Amino acid sequence: MARALINAPAKAKRGEVIEIKTLISHIMETGFRPDSTGKPVPRDIITEFICKYNGEEIFRAELFPAIAANPFLTFFTVADETGTLNFEWIGDNGFTATESVNITVE
Amino acid sequence: MTRPAAVLFVIAVLGAAAAAADIPLAERKSGYEFMARETRAMQDDDSANPATLWVLDAETLWQRKEGSAGKSCADCHGDARTNMRGVAARYPAFNEARGRPIDLEQRVNICRTEQQRATPLAFESKELLALTAYVGQQSRGMPIDIANDAHIRPFLEAGRVMFTERQGQLNLSCAQCHDDNWGQKLAGAAIPQGHPTGYPLYRLEWQTLGSLQRRLRNCLFGMRAVSYPYGASELVDLELYLMWRARGMPVETPAVRP
Amino acid sequence: MTRDDGKLQRTRRRFLAETAALAGAAGIALPLAVEQTSATPESMRAAIKNIVGEAPLNKGKVKLDVPALIENGNAVPLTVSCESPMTQDDHVKAIHVFTEKNPQPNVIGARLGPRAGRASFSTRIRLADTQKIVAVAQMSDGSFWTDEVEVVVTLAACLEGS
Ligand code: HEC
Ligand code: HEC
Repeated sequence: MARALINAPAKAKRGEVIEIKTLISHIMETGFRPDSTGKPVPRDIITEFICKYNGEEIFRAELFPAIAANPFLTFFTVADETGTLNFEWIGDNGFTATESVNITVE
Repeated sequence: MTRPAAVLFVIAVLGAAAAAADIPLAERKSGYEFMARETRAMQDDDSANPATLWVLDAETLWQRKEGSAGKSCADCHGDARTNMRGVAARYPAFNEARGRPIDLEQRVNICRTEQQRATPLAFESKELLALTAYVGQQSRGMPIDIANDAHIRPFLEAGRVMFTERQGQLNLSCAQCHDDNWGQKLAGAAIPQGHPTGYPLYRLEWQTLGSLQRRLRNCLFGMRAVSYPYGASELVDLELYLMWRARGMPVETPAVRP
Repeated sequence: MTRDDGKLQRTRRRFLAETAALAGAAGIALPLAVEQTSATPESMRAAIKNIVGEAPLNKGKVKLDVPALIENGNAVPLTVSCESPMTQDDHVKAIHVFTEKNPQPNVIGARLGPRAGRASFSTRIRLADTQKIVAVAQMSDGSFWTDEVEVVVTLAACLEGS
């Protein structure tokens, strides 16, 4: 499974807007790049990213070949309850990856 | 794109200062200092630096038992964070058995074959890059410290010749760009001093982690010179010279470069 | 050696000629540049229309942040942010990013809601060439807002060979 890295605060004050940073290893092959024989290398990208906070979707992104290799995405959420942030990446050729981190809200 | 790039470069270099010899020690600057603010920010924050993904892989590899000896790196070396501290700052280092300097990639592969009794890892393979980045990271911030003793000297000298002599179809030397014209622009990109302080590093151009040898082979290819196969003694000598040239500068591994 | 040393001047002239050749030879490898599939301003307009429909596209409220000069088109940092209270009644629903000259105009489409707290995200994108980037934000009241920036992409010098 692909290696992913999440950077989110482990603790936050109720109502605080927190930043979540995500990084995942993926080549993001565009499908437009010719191989040595001139034929395009088949597309192999992550197409979808979803972040859920205690089961509720808070951020989703549809990705296209113009997203750089090893996709990096940062976004915000309001820390309103203690719980879990779940991350999911879906892509070509059956690619899926998941990651989760816990957050304590005081 | 090709034409304007060439034109830009001519204009840029026309403004260059006179040829210099070695860069005075106090005036040396890491490639980091020539980068845009955004690229620096990528290196400064481990959670934004894609190289971290390799380092995380290496934390697992370090513990994995390999080869017919069934030993992991950790079985012999313990905690890398303490026991590998400062190691990368000393490489390439003289290896008695081989009678010549070896770089960190070769050192790891010697442990693979002779200690773990496993097959060597291919140059630029994910595993070898991960392990060398991980070992390298343990020296982050430490000054590069290449021994300059009687054993090493002939190889250092060979590396210096590689760096200063013109070679290839374009009849260029590394020194012409990196000693004499650093700070000028080449096709819009700043010419850095060419220090090896951050390897293996995440290069945006590669869209992946790569070794110092990969970078050197790129430069040699650009010069239309012989690029030498990975692991060639010529490349190790050049790495050695570059590390010595950067002596005292802090290790940045795993860095980010454009 | 002095700056006006004649021999040095000659050397420099030769160096220039040679390195110009090098830059010329080197400045070719752009990973996304496959001519016939490049997005055009028209295909970008079509992609935007696909999102916006017949609704008017207003300037403002959304801000696209991209460095003006890009060191390498393979990973260009990009941040989009919108002015919005991000409440249940008044929030940003979606933000889309497009480019003019990449092989495909769409870059990313993000969906967010009041729980985001702040209508902003960052990523890293590929840019095949010096070109225009456009962001379009859709608000909860159905209005669309846009911002665009022009970016200059430079080339790498030491390239991958065999
Ligand atoms: C069976 C024990 C053993 C295993 C397993 C082993 N090593 Fe080593 N390693 C050694 C010994 C012994 C040395 C010192 C050899 C010498 O000084 O010539 C060494 C030296 C090194 C050095 C250089 C240290 C220095 O101070 O110069 C590095 C780096 C290294 N090993 C990395 C690794 C990595 C990475 C792995 C796992 C892939 C590994 N080793 C697995 C025994 C081992
Ligand atoms: C025509 C000028 C030119 C020549 C000749 C040249 N380089 Fe470079 N080199 C550059 C430029 C420009 C960069 C950085 C820009 C880029 O990313 O391509 C660079 C980058 C480097 C780097 C990366 C530095 C870092 O911060 O990571 C090293 C190391 C290097 N060169 C070594 C060499 C060596 C060794 C040679 C000779 C074999 C050489 N270069 C020849 C122009 C040159």
